[in-house]
Formats: sequence, C-alpha cells, structure tokens
Amino acid sequence: MLLAKSQRWRDPAWPRRATGAAVFLLVLLPAGYLTEFNPGVFFDASSLRASRQFLATFFPPAHSLAFLQLLVGSAWKTVAIATSGLVLALILAIPLSLLANRTLSISRLGTGTMGYIPAAVRAGLRWGLSLLRSIPELVWALLFVRAVGLGDTAGVMAISLTYAGMIGKVFLEIYESQDTRATEALLANGARRLHAFFYGTLPSCLPELVSYTIYRWECAIRSSVILGFVGAGGLGQQMELSMRMLAGGEVLSFLLVFMVLVWLADQLSQGLRTWID
Amino acid sequence: MSNSQVVPATSLSNVTLRYRDGRLALDDISLAFTTGEHVAIIGPSGAGKTSLLHTLACALKPTTGVLTILGENPWHKTAAALHTLRKRIFLAPQLPPLPPRQRVVHTVLAGRLPYWSTWRALMSLIYPAEAPLAQAALAKFRADDKLLLRCDRLSGGERQRVSLARMLLSEAPLILLDEPVSSLDPVLGLQALHTVQDEARARDATLVVSLHDVRLARARFARLIGLRDGTVFFDLPNEQVTDDRLAELYAAEPPGSTMEGVTSAPHGIRISRCS
Repeated sequence: MLLAKSQRWRDPAWPRRATGAAVFLLVLLPAGYLTEFNPGVFFDASSLRASRQFLATFFPPAHSLAFLQLLVGSAWKTVAIATSGLVLALILAIPLSLLANRTLSISRLGTGTMGYIPAAVRAGLRWGLSLLRSIPELVWALLFVRAVGLGDTAGVMAISLTYAGMIGKVFLEIYESQDTRATEALLANGARRLHAFFYGTLPSCLPELVSYTIYRWECAIRSSVILGFVGAGGLGQQMELSMRMLAGGEVLSFLLVFMVLVWLADQLSQGLRTWID
Repeated sequence: MSNSQVVPATSLSNVTLRYRDGRLALDDISLAFTTGEHVAIIGPSGAGKTSLLHTLACALKPTTGVLTILGENPWHKTAAALHTLRKRIFLAPQLPPLPPRQRVVHTVLAGRLPYWSTWRALMSLIYPAEAPLAQAALAKFRADDKLLLRCDRLSGGERQRVSLARMLLSEAPLILLDEPVSSLDPVLGLQALHTVQDEARARDATLVVSLHDVRLARARFARLIGLRDGTVFFDLPNEQVTDDRLAELYAAEPPGSTMEGVTSAPHGIRISRCS
C-alpha cells in the first residue's frame, strides 16, 4: 500500500528540472562545437614538447639583484595602478549612483511614481553606468595606449572607467535593496536627499559597500596585470616582455610575486571586513 | 490664536484614498484640526488610522478631496515647495523604522536634519557634537542609557522611545504619531504621552496620535476620532464618547447586528495586550 503510493507520487519540480538540464545541454553542445573545443589538443605530441621545453626554462626562478629590483618596482606599480584606478572609479561612481538612487526620489513620496524628468534623469544615469561597464577595461586600455602612449596612465584610466560603471551599478543595487523605510521616514519629515542618505541608507549598507570596494580592489590588481600585456604598465608589461624572450625563470618569478600580491590583497580585505563589522 | 477656530490650519475635506490594488483606505473623510489641538485617533485594526496619518503627513496623496496642511494645499505645490512644507511636519511611523547599524545618538539627532546644513550633518556623523541634546531628549523617556547602543540592539519599546526622542528635537508644528506607545507598558506609555503633549503644548503644535489602547486615549485626549472601515465613525469630545459607542466601533459585525459579548471587549482585550 505504502509502496504503491510512493511509486505514484511525482515530484512537481521534476519537469522543470528536466527541461532546464535539456536546455543547458542543447546550448552547451553547439557552443563547444562553435569554439572547436577539443581537449585532445593539449596531449598532442608537438604541444606537449613545446610546453615541456618552455616549462623547463622556468627553473630556477630569476633572482639576480637587478631583476629583483625590477620585480619589486613593477609589483609596486601594479598596486599603484590598481589603487589609483579604483579611487578615480569611486570618485566617478559615488555621485552617479547617488543621483540615480530611486529611494531618494522626492517626487515619488506620496504618489508612488516619480516625476517624468527625475525618472528620465535616473534612467539616463543608469544607462550611462551600463555603457561604462559594458566596455571591458582591456578595450579601454588599448584605446588609451593609443591616446596617451604606453605606460601606467593608460592602465589607471582603463580601470577607472570600467570599474566606475561596475561599482556605480552595484552600489545602486545595494542602496535600493536595503530596507528603505528609514530613509523614506527621514524624507517624509523634510530631510534633504543627501542627509536622508547619510542618516537613513548609509548606516545599514556601509559594510556591504566597503566589502564590495575591497573585492573590486583585488580584481583591479589582477586586472592591471592583464592590462600590462597590452602595454599599460606594471607587472604585466614586464611579464609579457619576459615571455616574449622565452625567459621562463623571469616568468616564474613574476608569477610568484603576482600570487603573493593577490594573497596579500585577500588577507588585507578579510582584515578590513572583520574590522568594519 | 483666535483665528484657528474660524479657519482650521489643517483639514481634510471629502478625502478619499484608494491604494493601487484598488483597496479603499479612506472613504470620504472630512476633519479639521485647529492649531495646538491634541487629538487621538482610535478604531479597529485596518480602519485607516495609519492611512489617515500618512495622508496628513503628505506621505500619501489623496485620490480625491482637498487637503489643507498648516494652511497650505500641499498637492498644488511644486515638489521642492512641498518638501519645504514637510520640514514643518513630523511623522513617527508605526514600529519606527530605524537603521539597524546606526547608533541611537545619530538616530535621535536625525530629528535636526531639516534644520542642518549638509556640512553640519556630515560633521555630526563624524563627531556628534550635539549628543547632549539627544541625551536630554532620551532622558525624558527614561532611555538616556541607550544613547550609544546600536538600533538593532533595542527592544520594540526602546525603539518607540528613540523615535519619540527624535520628535522632541524637531521643531515641527504638526506632529503625527502612529501607535507611538504600543510596545510600552501602561505606566510608561502614559508618561510618554504626557511628555509628548507637554512638548506639543510648548511649541503650540497640532498633535494627532493614533492609539489602539482606548484607555490611554481617554486618559490623555480631549477629542477622540473613531475610524471604522475608512470612515469617521465618531468625532467627539472625550466626555461624550460612551462605552456603547466604543463597543460599536470595535464590534466585529457592522452596527445593528448582534452586540452580545462585545460591550466590554475593547477594554478587556486591550489592557491585557499592553501589559
């Protein structure tokens, strides 16, 4: 009796899950085909030989005094590029996100709908933020390398523009996903928008904002290494030169420093997060 | 002021409020409040008390009807002018929404925001120089020991007292409090209302308070408005509000149907709830 019942029972979520899996496979297979993804190529005899030869040059890692100086200098530069890029991005993103914040709409109070002009301005700002974000920092870097020449400035500019878009959008989402009633209560009592933000919204979302900014800083460090490959300064630029010269020892040293850098950033952000909370 | 009797500073005439989902919250309400008057709004849950207070606070726009707030028609103003008018209104929402991670000192001082420059507001977040002001306000509700606590560490009654302390720091001539003492014990609730009314009297403000505790309303207010189903069920001086009327106001069935067992219900139920 019990068994018969359990056999007849059907999980109502099952058809949806099955459809999801089918769609996933249907999308994945053509994608693999289109990109000519073939894992076999890694184990091809000539590929293996080339990899082995290059990897053999990795040991020992380069460690001459002059090289170490270059290493420390470019690592420092990478941190500097990431940090200044991020600061510029914040300077751009914070005002934009505040202006686009729907919670701070005064015309919405009482009526529930924003006025036409404020709604249009906010939509425009959101659109602008997506535009900044939709162009990858690598593309910005290529543009800026053309405009201002090889070097760190291009890296800083590239990071600041793309990251302003990302940070602005995520900050906005953080503001608007909070319990907005505290902010609305202040607005209803006649507080100015900026005041209502600082006394109503900021206290509850500050940890999230800080933690996302630190995460973005980590990303910026990784990103500035990649930007170096197109000539935008720092660790990446040096690593690219070493790779081109097949100086495996130098590449390994760069990689080690890079890993240490990311690990340090991670430690620092964890420390800051616990300190904030 | 003598003119207040002739031209009420704050009034609603034939105000209807319909929510977007079609629900009728206020149904053809006409009321007038003179300057310096203290009024209690009572009525069963869902009668429209909160909607009425939010309409008076210009936090909800009436669907039809004319609203006059402190002698002005708020919804004929530009958004900027209306926001200037809002500085003269203080609304304490039910279950005060306080930022969870904010310290009480800033929450209370936020009552000064309409009068502060941005510079001053930011400086106060960095160093709350006017903390003694907040402490004095909290002390009037016996909550001064909460000054440096975070709002998410407060109990419901403490949150209400923090919200009332914020009101003391505002200078608004129209004070609207939605169930301000619902989480306080009867004695503390009575004292809190006393303090609020002293403050309203000191600044000659109009005070409108919604209360679910009828005894508190009868103890402290000269005029009682009974709301039921979004309409004014009665609007009477305290002494004319009879127990029968109250029973009718809170009756589960519309008036006219069986009244058995409800005559003393509002008192009995409500007393036990607030202890």
